[in-house]
Amino acid sequence: MRVRVLVTPKQGVLDPSGRATQRALRELGYDAVSDVRTGQVIQLEIATSDADEARRLAGEMCEKLLANPVIESYEIELASDD
Amino acid sequence: MFPGSNDDRDLAHAFTLLGACVEMVWHKDARLPEGLCGLGVPGGFSYGDYLRAGAMARFSPVMAAAEGFARSGGPVIGICNGFQVLCEMHLLPGALVRNRDLRFVCKDVDVEAADTGLFADGLEPGRKLRLPIKHGEGAYVPDPARPPRVAFRYAGENPNGSVDGIAGVVNEAGNVMGLMPHPEHAVDAALGGTEGAVVLRTFLAACQRFRSGHGQDA
Repeated sequence: MRVRVLVTPKQGVLDPSGRATQRALRELGYDAVSDVRTGQVIQLEIATSDADEARRLAGEMCEKLLANPVIESYEIELASDD
Repeated sequence: MFPGSNDDRDLAHAFTLLGACVEMVWHKDARLPEGLCGLGVPGGFSYGDYLRAGAMARFSPVMAAAEGFARSGGPVIGICNGFQVLCEMHLLPGALVRNRDLRFVCKDVDVEAADTGLFADGLEPGRKLRLPIKHGEGAYVPDPARPPRVAFRYAGENPNGSVDGIAGVVNEAGNVMGLMPHPEHAVDAALGGTEGAVVLRTFLAACQRFRSGHGQDA
């Protein structure tokens, strides 16, 4: 099962790359963009067909390694089978 | 030493220069040397800084023993990437993120000592030191659930956007210190000054106390 983990800096944590990206978008004329957060996408292939199990395992991996809970929050998405 | 460490020999050289007996430990070793009285986690780019700086090194085989040593009160100093590793291991509170200006910073800065825990010999609060920094991810972010004991603050300009200008912290017990500046690169008058020796000497003094406290000949 394909699981996508999105890791982004928590609100309030300095995100200089998001800020620089926002500035660049402004320069391109996209004044409507009021905030940009950048992060990482981690795509996992997990050998299970049980969605709950995949979600549970991915959550465990986030807590242990994939995200640093002090500064980052994460979201887990189950990709639908293509 | 981890794959990607690059300040390991500088640190060993600096400790040796100051009279310490140094043994290098490889990250795959299962244990630490017998009679160890202090542990330095060097700077560099362990595991290529993949995922997050310091995130992978935590799972190196030797780090379980390192964690045990730290939790038993053993003096530990983590410099730069070593600081990032100690934060990722939760031996120190908080985390280090990309520099505010997204640039790698490499220059000498002034830092001011504050609460340096067990490492206060000759390093009284308010003491200013000139030390080199060289890092891309050195902005310290405190964990609101675990406010840090601040060991060093940048005096004057904040080079990387660290919250409250924090350049180094110690853990709750005061025996684990992490800092972004590199004292090991400032132990020679011909190369970068000698004020780093103040930090390493106070660390070695704590190591000596730890050793006498453990009933071994000093």
